[in-house]
Amino acid sequence: MNTIADELTSHRFFAGLDAAHLEVLTGCARNVVIAKGASIIREGAHADAFWAVRSGRIALGVTAPGRGMLTIDTLHADDVLGWAWLFPPYRWHFDADALDEVHAVTFDAVCLRGKCAADPALGFDLAQRVAAILGDRLNAARMRLLDLYGSPQPG
Amino acid sequence: MTPVSHRVVGRRVETADVVTLQLEATDGSRLRYAAGQFNMLYAYAVGEVAISISANPLGGGPIAHTVRNVGSVSRALCGLQIGDTLGLRGPFGSDWGLDSAAGGDLVIVAGGIGLAPLRSVITQVIAERDRFGTVEIVIGTRTPEELAFKAEVESWRARSDLSVHVTVDRATPGWRGTVGVVTTVLPRVHCDPAAIALVCGPEVMMRFTALALMERGMPASRIRVSMERNMQCAIAQCGHCQLGSVFVCADGPVFTWERLEPLLAVRQL
Repeated sequence: MNTIADELTSHRFFAGLDAAHLEVLTGCARNVVIAKGASIIREGAHADAFWAVRSGRIALGVTAPGRGMLTIDTLHADDVLGWAWLFPPYRWHFDADALDEVHAVTFDAVCLRGKCAADPALGFDLAQRVAAILGDRLNAARMRLLDLYGSPQPG
Repeated sequence: MTPVSHRVVGRRVETADVVTLQLEATDGSRLRYAAGQFNMLYAYAVGEVAISISANPLGGGPIAHTVRNVGSVSRALCGLQIGDTLGLRGPFGSDWGLDSAAGGDLVIVAGGIGLAPLRSVITQVIAERDRFGTVEIVIGTRTPEELAFKAEVESWRARSDLSVHVTVDRATPGWRGTVGVVTTVLPRVHCDPAAIALVCGPEVMMRFTALALMERGMPASRIRVSMERNMQCAIAQCGHCQLGSVFVCADGPVFTWERLEPLLAVRQL
């Protein structure tokens, strides 16, 4: 049976993480199974966790009155859900629902922030990893702003 | 080269502004072509435009062209009905080079109407499935409603010998699939550096896709892209489609990324 450390070692977000840091992180982590269709986070709620997705898909979106959730991004295995836990005021910016049964490792944000404060090297490493994800998502959002598949040259 | 009269024998509305026309020569002749090539379609009294062939070259049926209504000529072509005629010159240009990819894996990435020339290659690959290794197909489109060849894409998804990923830029209510640009899908795709990638879509999308594939370890020489330019003569004479020293109509439209990247990096040619 795989331990949480094993699960994290094979996850893209934690690739290359120092073994000592990995051991510290596992102290804040637990395995979860999220039922298909379940709400995982809600916009405006306290950001008290984050998830390393092992399998299944998660829809990230905004709920509009009368229109249901408008999906803006989809997360898959090897993605992570949630970065608002790292920056004040620790509030979620979007909703997230499980599109499938999701298997993930979830982290207690208060525990994690405490470990980062106690060990700046760990905090810096985690902040860099989260920043890389934010960069990827910013680039993807910018590409979508280009409306790539819009009208080609007239003819 | 004089256009040959062709009759519309089939017409399918793909999306709000995309139509697939099936054509047969009125003199009974049959066109031989390879996946990736294009024809010049002439809407009588309106004008001529280069359109990729979207049919299976091995299919033996009518030739098919999928046209997006973006201007006066393409609007006239989209308006044609069964029994109408048009002029056709071709086929022109380079093809996807599928024979050289046989025996290996394929990664096929389509963006928007770029799926049309790749439909030609996908249908051929399905017809000759045993000749290839794993086949990954990534399709990006603006919205679920703008996905062309919906029924065919569903039939591809149902096959166990293809891995098909459809992603949209903007989800509409009810969409349960992936949301995000095609490049965000590529990290999850089986992508052996020895595979051949076939990419077609808007230039910017192809550039980002090629970069993402190279990040996965694929060399530029194994990434093939299909270019769309202002082809007019289609025989490397008029220069309208020229990109540096390259005539897209005759040297292309299919190029390796290795050859094309330096040309697209020039800000003014």
